[in-house]
Amino acid sequence: MILFIIRRLVTTVFLLILVSMITFAIFFLVPRLAGQTAYQLAAQYVGRNPIPSEIKAVEVKLGLNDPLYLQYGRYLKGIVFGVHYSNGTDVSYCPFPCFGYSFRNQQPVWPQLISDAPVTLSLAIGAAVLWLTGGVAIGVLSALRRGTFFDRFSMGIALAGVSLPVFFTGLISLELFSYKWPIFPNVHYVAITSNPLLWARNLVLPWVTLAFLYAALYARLTRAGMLETMGEDYIRTARAKGLPERRVVVKHGLRAALTPIVTIFGLDLGLLLGGAILTETTFSLPGLGQFTILAIQNQDLPEILGVVMLASFFIVIANMIVDILYAVIDPRVRF
Amino acid sequence: MTGSMLEVRDLRIHFQTDDGLVRAVDGISFTLDRGRTLGIVGESGSGKSVTSLGIMGLHHGTKAEITGEIRLDGEDLVNASQARVQELRGSKMAMIFQDPLSSLHPYYTVGDQIIEAYRVHNKVSKQAARQHAIDLLNRVGIPQPATRVNDYPHQFSGGMRQRAMIAMALSCDPELLIADEPTTALDVTVQAQILDLISDLQEEYGSAVIIITHDLGVVAELADDVLVMYAGRSAEYGTAEDIFDRPGHPYTWGLLGSMPRLSAARTERLIPIKGTPPSLINVPPGCPFHPRCGYTALTSGKSSTEVPELREVALGHLVACHLSAGQQRQIWAEQIKVKL
Repeated sequence: MILFIIRRLVTTVFLLILVSMITFAIFFLVPRLAGQTAYQLAAQYVGRNPIPSEIKAVEVKLGLNDPLYLQYGRYLKGIVFGVHYSNGTDVSYCPFPCFGYSFRNQQPVWPQLISDAPVTLSLAIGAAVLWLTGGVAIGVLSALRRGTFFDRFSMGIALAGVSLPVFFTGLISLELFSYKWPIFPNVHYVAITSNPLLWARNLVLPWVTLAFLYAALYARLTRAGMLETMGEDYIRTARAKGLPERRVVVKHGLRAALTPIVTIFGLDLGLLLGGAILTETTFSLPGLGQFTILAIQNQDLPEILGVVMLASFFIVIANMIVDILYAVIDPRVRF
Repeated sequence: MTGSMLEVRDLRIHFQTDDGLVRAVDGISFTLDRGRTLGIVGESGSGKSVTSLGIMGLHHGTKAEITGEIRLDGEDLVNASQARVQELRGSKMAMIFQDPLSSLHPYYTVGDQIIEAYRVHNKVSKQAARQHAIDLLNRVGIPQPATRVNDYPHQFSGGMRQRAMIAMALSCDPELLIADEPTTALDVTVQAQILDLISDLQEEYGSAVIIITHDLGVVAELADDVLVMYAGRSAEYGTAEDIFDRPGHPYTWGLLGSMPRLSAARTERLIPIKGTPPSLINVPPGCPFHPRCGYTALTSGKSSTEVPELREVALGHLVACHLSAGQQRQIWAEQIKVKL
């Protein structure tokens, strides 16, 4: 087991290096092949109406004239240890983990990423709790009442949930519950540290909107899983023991049906950034999603690179955790 | 015959399906006393398992329509509340299933599953229940029960799994134990061990046992009484001696003829029953067995028009056949017995 975790960690590191190589190549090698000079690249870092000498200074300082593998090495070193940039007179230190400097405001990328992360985390964790509990509960009930009105109704809603995009459901919910009936008026982000109550109240609509998208999928998955496990022989055994039906369903049925759900849940959490981009934009939440949108609009390559690295880090880690969890959930899995 | 521990009278279990009404069990009656073993024999689809699940009340929640009487110590189970049947299930009556691997939950240890069965019906501490589980595993012949109690079912061999199932079924000292094809999924050598175990435990606990099987060898080994089922009905019912030494129903003859015997010469072929069991939706009119029966000519056409009633051909020996008791005895002695 320990050996497995170590092995997985090692492959995880390799995977991340590979991802960084590919994204780095896309952002810095491809433009160079297309004829972009180091001077033009450096100009991006200086802001509007730059003086040529300033650009030249940045070009030397960031080493943009160096061969690409050196630049990549410096980038990696910055992520792991932090890095000193110097052109002889002007020295600046970009502390670990350094993802380079943003084009937009010439600041290191990492602190900006980190300052936006709590918003996305608040959104993601709240929504995840909602969709997991809601989706699984609805799925179980649907499976137990298979073919009834409740089953058909909730599966119909689930179909809508999977099909409707977040910006549609989000706007509708804003229109209804923030403007028409102002139960959640003036939705904006408040840090949990400054006012937890307001934090939660303002996030209810985004949570529900994002959770609706995923809950639908989870309800369907749980329903299918429960229908399968409730037909298993060990369920009959559990009933034959004289267990109350509730125990049979939860302890014996759901326990077995949850395994695939956990897998998908881990992966979805890692992939959540995509869902968060739309939700954050719809509700004007200043999180990583908005950060990403802005970075793309500004063609701010270092920022985009940072987001991609962070996102892939989460996905790879989520994958690893799922693999390890599998062994915990299912005693038949051993490494 | 009143006062028996288990009385089943005219039990019918029908399922409404899209294809029509499935008469899985259609008028079964038998009785069983403590310390006795009843073997229910029949081909696949003859209603054996449906009967046993019906006694355990495990058709609840399905579309089964159950009529007739199931009385356990006089208490009617067909019309009892679901809560009451659930209370009896696992405590007063317990069941062992065919495939021990799929019947044990793969995610819980064997010990946990036995402990759970015990603690549903007994208010005891976890430690006491655990000790009880270890004792039970020891009793059913699991080596090193104190450590194996923490194993998962997949870490057990097939025979050990079935032993664990038996331990689980016995956890609350049931007075009625139903074993539904307990050895079908096991190796031949293990089969004999499990059968021995069941019969030993029965002697020890004094419980009544219903053993459901398609294997007459199993019945010969364990059963005091035998019920032969065909297409959801009783074909023949009597003591084991009645069934093996003087069977009256052509279907029973067929079952005996298709059973391999070590004493038979290698050149002798088994005598299979022709045809296949009927669909339980369209049971043939008259005697359900008549399309496969070789003696219909002797019944002057009654076999395809009239459903034969169970008749007592000797004391306690019932046969549902249009052949007269004399004809049955004659055919058995002259044509069947000599070939076996």
